[in-house]
Formats: sequence, structure tokens, C-alpha cells
Amino acid sequence: MNTGTLEIPGGLILPPRQHPSQDGLRLTGEPPVPSLADAQTAASMAYDSKIEGNVIFTRLDASINWMRKNSLWPMPMGLACCAIELMAAGASRFDISRFGMEVMRFSPRQSDVMIVAGTVTYKMALAVKRIYDQMAEPKWVIAMGACASSGGMYRSYAVLQGIDRLLPVDVYISGCPPRPEALLEGLMRLQRKIETEHSFVAQKKEVLESLMA
Amino acid sequence: MTHADIVAALKEKFPSGVLSTLEFRGEHTVMVLKSSLAAVLQECRDSLGFEALIDITTIDQMGSDPRFEIVYELYSYTSNLSLRIKSATSEDEAEFPSVTSVWPAANWHEREAYDMMGVRFSGHPELKRILMWEGYPFFPLRKEFPLAGKASEMPDVAFTDAAPLQGGPFITSPGAGDTVTREPRAKGA
Repeated sequence: MNTGTLEIPGGLILPPRQHPSQDGLRLTGEPPVPSLADAQTAASMAYDSKIEGNVIFTRLDASINWMRKNSLWPMPMGLACCAIELMAAGASRFDISRFGMEVMRFSPRQSDVMIVAGTVTYKMALAVKRIYDQMAEPKWVIAMGACASSGGMYRSYAVLQGIDRLLPVDVYISGCPPRPEALLEGLMRLQRKIETEHSFVAQKKEVLESLMA
Repeated sequence: MTHADIVAALKEKFPSGVLSTLEFRGEHTVMVLKSSLAAVLQECRDSLGFEALIDITTIDQMGSDPRFEIVYELYSYTSNLSLRIKSATSEDEAEFPSVTSVWPAANWHEREAYDMMGVRFSGHPELKRILMWEGYPFFPLRKEFPLAGKASEMPDVAFTDAAPLQGGPFITSPGAGDTVTREPRAKGA
């Protein structure tokens, strides 16, 4: 059994560590009155710096943004050929999971970022908007490719001239269709953008709106 | 059976219904009066062996009367022949007889023609739009419809806006000398 003492730089010396179950007195006698030494023993056992590392002090924004940006779950809104490149980005050659974004959710309620990949026709536009509305805050939108960004080559009566006419877009990716590397670059740019956000003020738009109303 | 036999058989059976025939690069076209269109197509299916309807398209001859033309592309697997039947109608009575009872494939083709050109088909079992949504107020392939489209609004279903053409449409000049002048770009109107 470890009988050494733990010396803390402040000068306080903690008693040797003992596991409660190894303390025969507690098992047979009356319950002892909790003393300061007992509390210190319990505290030293609840947090073991050798196992759990050091305490980190940081800003709340930084830690929340760090957690958000490293587990972006995409909603793959695949509408045209860009979705093929989106699938390629998820497959083994390009491997989107290296960046923590591989959990493609086909349910909007579990998604963080909607990747609008392809031509948005007017017939589909309100369906895309509806799915975006179903996503929980915080949420981001990536317009992947020329069609989703600006209508692309379809200057037409049937095609919405850019999904930013309906949704707030965070990152535009050029290309027709963009390479999977371009999609990865766009997602990494979104991560950099999330790092700089005020995690509560900027994101809870709908909550704030509902409070105002 | 050859193309000549088929055209001759149609002329013999419908002396007043067949208006004109045309051969161009091996493709045969028969122009038919609208009142005998249904009977001619039925004859093509039953007696002349055209068991497949490949396509139905419509043409807007804006400014002339009759305004709308309809084109039936027929094909015979048994004799390996193609035939094109055309007919025309004025804008006031923009309606053709439906051939869904002759070829079931006509169902969606006729719905597309109605959706894009606004030509109706009498006797169609379910004549509603197939590409645009129910309630869209325009027929986009008519000549008077602008390339950029028109604004429309149907709450909770869809909306449209005119597309920014920015000096377009973007026109290719295939015979031009260098690639810069050849490639598609806005060349002014």
C-alpha cells in the first residue's frame, strides 16, 4: 500500500491515500465523524492529477466553439451532381472524417450544417427552407457549387438564383461541381468561422426572435 | 413495308385528312388535319404496326395561324421504321384529342405538353401539370414567355422570380475564328 504523503506547493501536506474499503475501522465500528482529513482524502481521490491531467482555464466562447467546430454533423442536401462529389468527400479517398464531419445525418434535427449541393429549383426551394427550419440552433449553411451559390448556368424561369435568397449562407464553394478537396476546404473555413463567433449572442437567432415576439 | 407504302396507305385511307407529306434526309413527316388526327394515329397503331410512341412535342408558331403544332414521333419494332405525324390548331381552340387510349405512354407526354405549352388534350384521364406545380400561372415554353421567367407567388408551395440575365442571353458563336469570340458570352441584344 502507498504510504507516502502528497506535498502541495502551498505547504499543506495531505495524509496518505487510502481507499475507504481498505479501511477496516469503517467496516466494523460506528460511522466516524467526517473530519477535515477525510474530506481532503476524498478530494484527492475524486481528482487524480496523474490520470486526469491539468485544469484548463479558458473563455467559455472558446471552449464552446471548440466543441462545436470539431463535431460538425452535416445535413447532406444533395440535389444534383454536386452530391456525387459530396459522396466522394465522404468516401475513403478524401475521408471527411479526418475533420470530425463524417456523421452525415439525414435527419435535420440532428444536423449542424446543411450542405446545399446542387441546383435548387423553385419547386424544391421551399422544401429546402423547411428542412433548414427544422434544424436545431446553432446551424450553418454551405452553398456547394455554382448552382447553389448563384443559380450557375441555369439563368432560367425554373431555378432559384442562389440559395442565399432563402437561407443565410456561411460559406460559398465555387466549382461546377467543386472537387471534394474544395468541399473539405469549405468545411475547414466554416470551422475557422465558428472559432471566431460569439457562441451565444450570434447563434441563438431564433431563440432571441421568439423572446422578442 | 417501306415508308412509301405507309404514306400511300395513309393517303388512300384519309384522302382529305392528310394535308401534305414531306421527306427530308430519310425522315418522313405526314401533316394531318386536326379533325382526323385521332383516326390517323389509331390507324398507325392498329394497321401499320407503329406500336411505340417515342415522343410528343409541341411547337409555338407565334404570329401565324394556326399557332400551335403538335408532333408525334412513332416507331415500329416489327418493320424498324420511324414516322412523324404533325397537326396544328389555332390559339382559340388549343386542344388536341388525347391518344392515351392508343398508347399509354402518351399520358405523361401530353401532361408535359400541357404544362409547358398550355395545349389541352380532350379525353386525358389526368391532365395536370407534371414539371411545374399546380397553380403556376404561366406556360414557360410559349414564345411570349421571357427567357428569364416571370415572378409568381403561391404561398406554402413555391414562388418564382425573374432571373438576372445581366446582358445575356449567353450566345455561342460556333463559326468564329478564335476561342474567345467563340465561347458563350453576352453579345448584346
